[in-house]
Amino acid sequence: MIEVWFLAAFILIIWIILSTVRAVAGPTLPDRVVALDTINTLMVAIMIVLSVAYKQIIFVDVAIVYALLSFVATLYIAKYLEGGI
Amino acid sequence: MWTDYLIWIFLIIGLIFNGLGTIGLLRFPDVYTRLHAATKATTFGSIFTSLAVVTYGFSQLYLTGNSANLTLSLHTIVAIAALILTNPVGAHAIARAAHRSGVMPEQAVVDKLAEVKK
Repeated sequence: MIEVWFLAAFILIIWIILSTVRAVAGPTLPDRVVALDTINTLMVAIMIVLSVAYKQIIFVDVAIVYALLSFVATLYIAKYLEGGI
Repeated sequence: MWTDYLIWIFLIIGLIFNGLGTIGLLRFPDVYTRLHAATKATTFGSIFTSLAVVTYGFSQLYLTGNSANLTLSLHTIVAIAALILTNPVGAHAIARAAHRSGVMPEQAVVDKLAEVKK
């Protein structure tokens, strides 16, 4: 049952690498921000899956804090794009 | 046990929807359609992979009686609540910022929100 969680984390890492292509090649600046937001959400999912794979419950707490901090970062970049800063 | 099949179903749904969101992010033509694909599909998929972890924790709690599994399930539910609360707000902020910074959709000819901008 443990190998299932490692396999799921591996597939999620493949999706993150595909999203990185858009973050590098995006024509406009909001494209890159969208790709960054996608990578953040997938990273939270990977941390939760790996907490079962490695049997470390602390990974889930790290995932919660990561989700909230990436939300603040996204709002800050959006404010910058609007010209508010 | 029957919850193993439930964990498999949740994981497969979550991975497929995450993949669809990533493919939409790569293939769609402009910012707004990419945001539409990436945010909704990725939030749905991450909720389902986390639900697989919640199901695993509760089934291990029932089988072994170890209370660390209850902690795992409850903390994962808090993480799901954080995802549901923060992801749509971030997507709305990005779409608003993209329109205000002058990025138009791919085949747009009129901008009916132009007078709202200022």
